Amino acid sequence: MRQTPDVNNHTTKEELTALARAKLEEIAGLPQPLKPKYRLQIPAQEMPAQYPAERKNNVREVALGYSPEQARLEALRCLQCKNAPCIEGCPVRIDIPAFIKSIAQNDFQQASDIIKRNSLLPAVCGRVCPQETQCQAPCTVGKSLKDVGKAVSIGRLERFVADWEREQGNVETPQVKENTGKKVAVIGSGPASITVAADVRREGHTVVMFEAFHKPGGVLVYGIPEFRLPKKIVQLEIDTLKAMGVELKTNFVIGRTRRLKDLLEKDGFDAVFVGTGAGLPKFMNIEGENLVGVFSANEYLTRANLMKAYDRENAQTPIFISRKVAVLGGGNVAMDAARMALRLGAREVHLVYRRTEVEMPARVEEVAHAKEEGVIFHILQNAKRILGDEQGLVTGMECLKYRLGEPDQSGRRRPVEIPGSEFVMELDTVIVAIGNDSNPLIKQTTEGLETTKWGNIIVDENGKTSLDRVYAGGDIVLGAATVILAMGEGRRAAAAINKLLSEQ
Amino acid sequence: MNRIISKKQLSDDVFMMRIEALLISTERRPGQFVILQLDGNYGERIPLTIADADPKQGAITIVFQAVGATTQKLAALTEGDSIENLVGPLGRPTHIEKFGTVVCIGGGIGVAPLHPIAQAMKQAGNHTIVIIGARTKALLILEEEMRKIADELIVCTDDGSYGRKGLVTLPLKEICERESKPNLAVAIGPPIMMKFCAETTRPFKVPTVVSLNTIMVDGTGMCGGCRVTVGGKTKFVCVDGPEFDGHLVDFDNMMKRLKAYRTQEDKAREECKLEQEIALRKHSTFNVQR
Repeated sequence: MRQTPDVNNHTTKEELTALARAKLEEIAGLPQPLKPKYRLQIPAQEMPAQYPAERKNNVREVALGYSPEQARLEALRCLQCKNAPCIEGCPVRIDIPAFIKSIAQNDFQQASDIIKRNSLLPAVCGRVCPQETQCQAPCTVGKSLKDVGKAVSIGRLERFVADWEREQGNVETPQVKENTGKKVAVIGSGPASITVAADVRREGHTVVMFEAFHKPGGVLVYGIPEFRLPKKIVQLEIDTLKAMGVELKTNFVIGRTRRLKDLLEKDGFDAVFVGTGAGLPKFMNIEGENLVGVFSANEYLTRANLMKAYDRENAQTPIFISRKVAVLGGGNVAMDAARMALRLGAREVHLVYRRTEVEMPARVEEVAHAKEEGVIFHILQNAKRILGDEQGLVTGMECLKYRLGEPDQSGRRRPVEIPGSEFVMELDTVIVAIGNDSNPLIKQTTEGLETTKWGNIIVDENGKTSLDRVYAGGDIVLGAATVILAMGEGRRAAAAINKLLSEQ
Repeated sequence: MNRIISKKQLSDDVFMMRIEALLISTERRPGQFVILQLDGNYGERIPLTIADADPKQGAITIVFQAVGATTQKLAALTEGDSIENLVGPLGRPTHIEKFGTVVCIGGGIGVAPLHPIAQAMKQAGNHTIVIIGARTKALLILEEEMRKIADELIVCTDDGSYGRKGLVTLPLKEICERESKPNLAVAIGPPIMMKFCAETTRPFKVPTVVSLNTIMVDGTGMCGGCRVTVGGKTKFVCVDGPEFDGHLVDFDNMMKRLKAYRTQEDKAREECKLEQEIALRKHSTFNVQR
C-alpha cells in the first residue's frame, strides 16, 4: 500500500519539482540508456496535492498533477518491459510503455497521440481509474521493489499528458466522415455514452444524445466531486462532442418523455445505445433508514456537485447542515461523500466499513486523501439500526463489530458479526454509500428487453441486447463499475453499431 | 423553450400557468408530474403535478402555490417568459378503469392534479363523485371545471365561508356509509388531509389512492430523496409512485421528511421576499422621481 504522506511534512509542488529537476540533471550526466538497476533507484514521484488542512475547506482539485520535470523523471522509472504486463492490466489496452517512453523523451504530444488511439477520456481516466488494481498491479517496477505502491504511476502520467495537451490548446476536434444519413440515439451522457457518441459520429452517422438531467456528463458531473474531477474537464469532452456535430437533448427521460421503441419506430433512429448507468441507490434495509438526516450518497453528492450546494451564497438547493456524519461503505463514492461532508462544514466525519482497509474497493489515493483530511475510519463495524428523536431526526446509530471469516464469492474475506458487540455512535447524519442497483425506468417501459434478476440489461459480446438495433453498455450492464470499463463497453458497442449501419 | 403561454392567478398565492412543452403534452397521462428548474446553474429542481395538457397546442398546465423560494420566483414570471429546464412527464400514470363509483377528494391546490384524474375516471364510465375543499372561499380553485365533469360535486370550506362548513372527511364518511359504498377513493392534497381521508375510508375497506409530492432531485430514481415507507417497505415516489395505497403509507414519517430542509427553506423564502420588496421599492422610488 502506498504510504500516507505525513500531514506535518507536506511537500509543495514547487519543492517536488525542484527535487525532480535536480535528479534529472544528475541523470543527464549518466551513460544512456539508463540501466534497469539505476531506473529502479529513481524515487517514485509523489503526487503534489493541496495542503490537507486547507483543501478540506474548499472544493478545488486536491491532486495538482505532475510538473513536466516530475513526469519525465517518473517516466524514466519505466523498464520498457518487452512483455508489457501493464497493457494486459488495462481494460482498453493502451500502449503504456510507448506513451511513457515518449514522455521520457520529452515528446508529450506523441505520448498523447498514443493514448488517444485507445482511450477517449484520458484526462478523466488518469484521475479516476483504479490503476493500482489494473495497469499498475502487474508492473515490473512495483514487483521488483516488492511494493505495488511503488509501481510506475501510469495513471498520473496519463493525466499529465492529457492536461498538458489541454493547456496547450492542442485538443483537436476528431474528423467526422461524410454524412451517411443514418441516425443513432444515445441514452445517457456518462462515460459509456460519450464514447459511443464520439465513435459513431466519427463514421458520419447523425447522433442524438438524450440526458435526463439539465446538464450532460452523467456520473462525472453529478457523482464525482469537483475536488477529484474538475467539471471543466468533463465540459471539454462534451464541447468536443458538440463540435463534432453530436446533438444533445437535456431534460429528456427515455421511458417517460419518449419510449425507447418510439425512437426506432416513430422517430427514425436506426440504432439505440442505452447507457443509463446504475442509478438506483441501495439502502441497508435497517430500522430508522427513512429518518430525516439519512441520505443516499447519490442524493448527497448530487445536491453538492450538480446542484452546487457547496456554494452557499448562490445555490438554491438546500443541503442538510451536519455536525457529526457517518458514511457507510468503503468505495470511491463513500470517500467522496465523506470528504464532501467535511467541505460542507461537518465537524466530524466517520467512515464505517464492515471489512478492513485491504478489502476497500476505493482507490488507495482516495483513502489516503480522506485520512489526511481527517475522516475517521472505523473498520470491521457496521450499522445495525439508526436512532432518531420524536421529530424524526437522526440522533445516532447502533453499530455491530465484525471479524473476518472465510473468503466469499468475491474472493474477499467475509465479515462475520460478533454477537453482543453492539455500541452506539452519536450522529446527526448518515450517508449510505453501499452501491447502486440498476435503474428500472427503461426496463419498465421497454417490452422485450431482457435483464438479469438484478435488472441489468443482458448483452452479447458485441453489446447487443435482446432487441434488434438496441445496444447497451456501462453500469446498466455491468452493475456499478468504473469509468474505464464503461468506456471499453462503449467502444465495443459503437463498433458493432457502426458495422450494423455499414451493412444496411 | 418552455415558454409561458398564459398565467392566471387563482387565489392569493395560487397560480395557473400554461407552458409550451410539446412532447410532455402528448406523452403525459393523468397522475404524472414534471420537475422544473428556473436557473440551470444554481436553481433548485422542484416537482409539480401536471394539472392538464393540450397536445394540439403543445401545452401543459401547472397549478402551484407560491410558498417556497422557487415557486415565488416562478410566480413572478409572466407570459412570454421561459422556464429554463422542464422535464417530464415523470412518475407512473394513474390506473384508470371502470371501477363503478369513484369518489375523488381534492384539498387546496391538490384539486388541480385531481381534475384530469376525475375527468379520466368519468370518461371510463365511472359514477364520479367529487369533493373539493379549502381553508376558505378565496382559496378554492377549479370549482366550475369540476362541476362540469362530476356526477355529484360537494364543496367544503374549513371556515364555512362557502359550501359546507368543515373538512372534506365529513362528506367522504357519509358517502362511504351509503348503501352502495364507493369502489375507489382518490385523495390528493396536503399530507395531513390525505392521511385523514385514508383513515376515513379504512373502516369501510374502500380502496384509497393517494398522490404524494415529496422532496426530489432527479425524479428518475437516482437520488432516493423521495423515499417513503409503504406497507413497511421503502418506495421511491418518483419511479414507484407518485400514487400509492393510502391505507399503507406511513404519513407521519413522510410529513417529517418533508420538513428536512425547513430552516433553510424559511431563510430562502425570507430572502426571496426581501429581494422582491427591495425591487418593488426601487421601482416605486423610480416612478416617484419621474
